[in-house]
Amino acid sequence: MTTPIRLLLITLFATLCGVSTAQEPVRIAFMDPLSGGFASIGNSGLKQLQFAADYFYNSKNGILGGRKIEIVPLDNKQSPTDTQIQFRRAVSEGIQIIFQGNSSAVANTLNATISRHNSRNPGQEVLQINYSAVDPILTEAECSFWHFRFDAHAIMKLNILTDFIAKDTAIKSVYIIGQDYSFGHVVADNAVRLLQEKRPDISIAGTEFHPIGQVKDFTPYVTKIVASGADAVITGNYGADMVSLAKSIIDSGLDLPIYTFYAAYDGITATLGADGKNKIRLIHNEVSNPIPTEERKAFIRAFKAVNPDNDVTQPRIINALQMLVTAIEKSQSTDPYDIALALEDMRFTNLSGEEIWMRGTDHQVFQSLNISVHTDEGIEFDADNSGFGLFTEYSVPAAETIVESSCQMDRPSR
Amino acid sequence: MLDVLIFATLNGVVTGLLLFMLAAGLTLIFSMMGVLNFAHASFYMLGAYCAYSISLYFGFWVGLLVAPLIVGVLGALIERYGLRRVHQSGHVAELVFTFGLAFLIEESVQFFWGRDTKNYQSPDILDFALFTLFGQEFSAYRGFMIAISVGIFIGLYFVLTRTRIGIIIQAAITHPKTVANLGHNVPLIFMGVFGAGTALAGLAGVIAGPVLTTFPGMAVVLGSIVFVIVVIGGLGSLAGAFIASLLIGLLQSYAIASDVGMQDLLNVFGIDFPYDHPLADLWGLTLPQIAPILPFLLLILVLIFRPTGLLGKREE
Repeated sequence: MTTPIRLLLITLFATLCGVSTAQEPVRIAFMDPLSGGFASIGNSGLKQLQFAADYFYNSKNGILGGRKIEIVPLDNKQSPTDTQIQFRRAVSEGIQIIFQGNSSAVANTLNATISRHNSRNPGQEVLQINYSAVDPILTEAECSFWHFRFDAHAIMKLNILTDFIAKDTAIKSVYIIGQDYSFGHVVADNAVRLLQEKRPDISIAGTEFHPIGQVKDFTPYVTKIVASGADAVITGNYGADMVSLAKSIIDSGLDLPIYTFYAAYDGITATLGADGKNKIRLIHNEVSNPIPTEERKAFIRAFKAVNPDNDVTQPRIINALQMLVTAIEKSQSTDPYDIALALEDMRFTNLSGEEIWMRGTDHQVFQSLNISVHTDEGIEFDADNSGFGLFTEYSVPAAETIVESSCQMDRPSR
Repeated sequence: MLDVLIFATLNGVVTGLLLFMLAAGLTLIFSMMGVLNFAHASFYMLGAYCAYSISLYFGFWVGLLVAPLIVGVLGALIERYGLRRVHQSGHVAELVFTFGLAFLIEESVQFFWGRDTKNYQSPDILDFALFTLFGQEFSAYRGFMIAISVGIFIGLYFVLTRTRIGIIIQAAITHPKTVANLGHNVPLIFMGVFGAGTALAGLAGVIAGPVLTTFPGMAVVLGSIVFVIVVIGGLGSLAGAFIASLLIGLLQSYAIASDVGMQDLLNVFGIDFPYDHPLADLWGLTLPQIAPILPFLLLILVLIFRPTGLLGKREE
């Protein structure tokens, strides 16, 4: 074969390949509980990711000059075992980016599985986009080059939450209740530690752990809270465990502030309704009402037009997707290694007009942390169409949320 | 300490009586058909969701009456056109049928009502504190739950032991062929009992929904515990189910209220383990932490030492 013809063939081949990849969508797995007790959170997250992908990219020119984003839902039933099975499936389908958020136990499993897989299968690496699992270990002792967290971890949140509690001089004793697994214990241990540092006069009235998703009735626990004489309750509960706990506290006529991580949306706000007004507070990133920018308002309205029964509960999913796509565009690659390098130390202005920072040393995002209260006053965008929603009372800029990390990242060499 | 004790007892009684409403239907169905109805807790869930939807339009009280009826009729239809056909293939087929039914109901509920927590509220008229002790309120709704459950127990007991229908049902449990030979329609009795049993489960769902929250996992949370009660109480024994329900309700409630753990037990024996011991997690266990598995522990103990259950007569 003469050289010109060979060249021509190569060019032709390359062009054909180029054309075929240009049509191929970039596939992103969404691995969270889509059935079972925690299905409502998983499905709500899926709708937000799906909508964000369509709204920002698929309805326009796509990414990388015309490729669409395809979200592939994988139901892990919030179980580490099913997560392994679904991870195999994702790998066999050639998916290299996995969004996952619910349960730190699952995130830890996925992190370990991905690290092992990536070291054994160079060229077929997988990237973990953790949008919600907040066990600090994921960006501390177990930090990985392939894992990026787009939510503030539990200690960062507790740091701000305990600052807030410490300011309230009426609080003399605190009761901590949580789900009996890694996250619940992290919340309890660090809440105790931080409160003792900031307000040594606050006594810990009790620390209680209950099995996750197994408690029928929280009234027996509330009896203990009453007996302990606590002035406030801190809990990391989510899903049904959160609603039942709050309902039992309110039903028992207890007038205590309840400081939570996840007591809103997906039916929780509607169920708490007027009973929970001004009692329940959340620590979260991204401000709630009043929504700061027109861009985010437009996004929420567009989302509600398509999903009238859902809310934009986790703006961090949008941040994660936008930053991921920015990294893909910047590196002009869908290779997890290139994406990871581009994500490191990225500073990105999100829908709320705030610049957020992905720290390169441990892959932890930093943005403002806020404490919001469950109320029906000043709520432009409510939750569960209930008229009630979150009103941000206290906001801490990103710079003040930064904590040191002990992460010794094992960086792959290429 | 006294306040904790009193409220732990009250909480235990409320939970126990609620469990009884589920167990009553299950134990009757089991003793009659020889089959554990795996879908029983799903009917409970269905009751709660139906009542929630009805309460949106007609209020709580209509839901209280209509939802158990809907669930009961559905249960009877399932028995008539599903279970009865499967019955000919033996117990294993029936077991598998109810197992599949449980998934079907649960998925259907999620399909029609969605997966988020439903805002099912107790009626305003019961929205006050029945009494306040040591700073904790006991809501009127919980009192109402106790009243309904006790009423159901008395009513069922009366029907089963003092009426002609009850006598026929009891006879059909032990001697179905003889009852059929006497000219009674045994399949109709079976259908009636299945319908009544599922209606009771539905009723339990209706009154539990507002307190224990109406969400897709509500059947799973209660499902296994109801079987435990039926076995502990003695298969087919209503009184046994009643005692076992209260026993388990109180056991869990007291265990949660207690503050003792392995550490205290070891201290009694004067044993001390260092905190960095590999089995430190085991020594650190507390009774509240293991409260949810206590019923299963009790189940194993009962099966070992009294396989017929507390009041069971079947194997004698």
